[in-house]
Amino acid sequence: MVKKSVHEINRKIEDGSVNVVTAEEMVTIVEELGAEGAAKEVDVVTTGTFGAMCSSGLMLNLGHSEPPIKIQKIWFNNVEAYSGLAAVDAYLGAAQISDTRGIQYGGAHVIEDLLRGKEIDVHATAYGTDCYPRKVLDTIITLEDLNEAVLLNPRNAYQKYAAATNSSKRILNTYMGELLPNFGNVTYSGAGVLSPLSNDPNYETIGMGTRIFMGGAQGYVIGNGTQHSPSSGFGTLMLKGNLKEMNPDYLRAASFTGYGATLYMGIGIPIPILNEKLAAATAVRDEDIVTTIQDYAVGSRDKPVIRNVNYAELRSGSVQIDGKDVPTSSLSSFKNARKIANELKEWVKHGKFFVSMPVERLCTEGLAKPMKETHAVPLVKDVMSSFIVTIKKDQTVQDAAKKIWENSFNHLAVTSDTGELVGILTAWDISKAVAENCFDSVESVMTKKVLTCAPNEPVDLAARRLDRYGVSAMPVIDAQRRVLGIITSDNISKLLARRY
Amino acid sequence: MKIKITIPTERIHNPIISESIVETGILINIMVANIDSTYGELIADVNDLKFDKIKNALESRGAIVSILDQPIHRDEEECIECGACISVCPMNVYSFDNSWSVQVDEKKCIQCGVCIKMCPHGALKLGE
Repeated sequence: MVKKSVHEINRKIEDGSVNVVTAEEMVTIVEELGAEGAAKEVDVVTTGTFGAMCSSGLMLNLGHSEPPIKIQKIWFNNVEAYSGLAAVDAYLGAAQISDTRGIQYGGAHVIEDLLRGKEIDVHATAYGTDCYPRKVLDTIITLEDLNEAVLLNPRNAYQKYAAATNSSKRILNTYMGELLPNFGNVTYSGAGVLSPLSNDPNYETIGMGTRIFMGGAQGYVIGNGTQHSPSSGFGTLMLKGNLKEMNPDYLRAASFTGYGATLYMGIGIPIPILNEKLAAATAVRDEDIVTTIQDYAVGSRDKPVIRNVNYAELRSGSVQIDGKDVPTSSLSSFKNARKIANELKEWVKHGKFFVSMPVERLCTEGLAKPMKETHAVPLVKDVMSSFIVTIKKDQTVQDAAKKIWENSFNHLAVTSDTGELVGILTAWDISKAVAENCFDSVESVMTKKVLTCAPNEPVDLAARRLDRYGVSAMPVIDAQRRVLGIITSDNISKLLARRY
Repeated sequence: MKIKITIPTERIHNPIISESIVETGILINIMVANIDSTYGELIADVNDLKFDKIKNALESRGAIVSILDQPIHRDEEECIECGACISVCPMNVYSFDNSWSVQVDEKKCIQCGVCIKMCPHGALKLGE
């Protein structure tokens, strides 16, 4: 049995005799020496990760103006921050986007610009009080001018993350990057073998108060992150660090096309090897860390799982889906994760960084809950018109024109002999057929690629599809492609009229 | 070399590509083709020595031919080497080397621009 204390390890750090390795190096050490041998040999294992962490932000204090202002609303380079705090405190969220430049520039970009010493335009408004009479403020600041500039990141360093793919026929732009149609690619995030929480999955040494590497400076874990979900292996951390001490090599703003702004954070956590259990845990390999590949074609909270996958497969460059090799892309940087683990190793080795025990452990059980929703989301079946006129594909265009005229209904659902939806025909299609003087069967003039929706889909999803493709109606079909009704932009506007 | 062949609306109904290949006997390897009823744009690989001849044949039929000699440019300062670009590139321009650095094989680039949209750090640009 090996038993070491943090104090013993810190004494070794002080006198330079500490043995510190990265979590990648630890894999082979434990293979060779076994967990007990490795625990005797190694004092500290360093981890690292460098990826998109949207749930990050900057708590800052501007100092008081003359005359003073109690800021009610504030913008930094036209990116709004939250200032419902005392007079000149504000919290700038990394994912907030610019009022003028949109998702190309967000809170994360302001944070990086501050760190790079750039000047930032500040605009603030207030309602004015006897003690804070000023109502408008405009100034230009740099990082130096702020009293405090502390990153307070509610959810960072996910233990692991679900990979993403797309079964649909169109490109999806997501926070997991561009997902190509028909399982064209898989994107993933996380440092695998170097992931901090995956190397201490029982959260024995990583907890409240743990000193860490954060953005190139010393920071701290201040508790579990939001949506901490240890029972499913998706633990998260809440972190704090001083922006003024950070380095832009380890903190980078980013923007995902069609999604928005985010902050890439570099995080490294040292794990003191107090016993052989921790030595064994830090020998975790990419192969041992299993996550899922989820289908982002389903715009729902619970996305279908295509398959399980481990980080070794993800990092190999391709994974198999339905017998096909699908290329993978990492969204986090393994090269930088490794750089962080090595940098932290040097700090420890040269007595610049001491390890710590948590003042309180993170909870090791529990799952993040979904949102409680008290207002039912209207479904397609609640608002669709069940009355729909159908026509068989081999009927004539004249039959179709007659049906439209008789029913004063603009969309005809075209069905096969067995009643499956095969197309849609509008008055416009008929006008076109007449204009071009080519009208034999309905099948030859109908639109074959029909957008459809399911009865149990939320109306919001149907509305987004109508809007995206610029169509005014979609047939509602069941799993057998039988037509149940139609949803039109009219149905949706009526729903909204009821709502407001 | 990689070339771009643009077919304007007024010529879209003529079999320009086929005619040019038949006339010159020069084979071109079409890598990307976007053609609809109003416009056409193709990217193809052609032997350097035969470029002038096929260019003349295509242009005499109303196509516009240009050499794609400005492949994608990666800003190494902005790039954090995540590898997001790797899986979206249709030509496998990007790969990781042994140290997980992103390698760019510019010769393969057909300037489609897909990677530009994918890059979270705005590190990729065309025409520089």
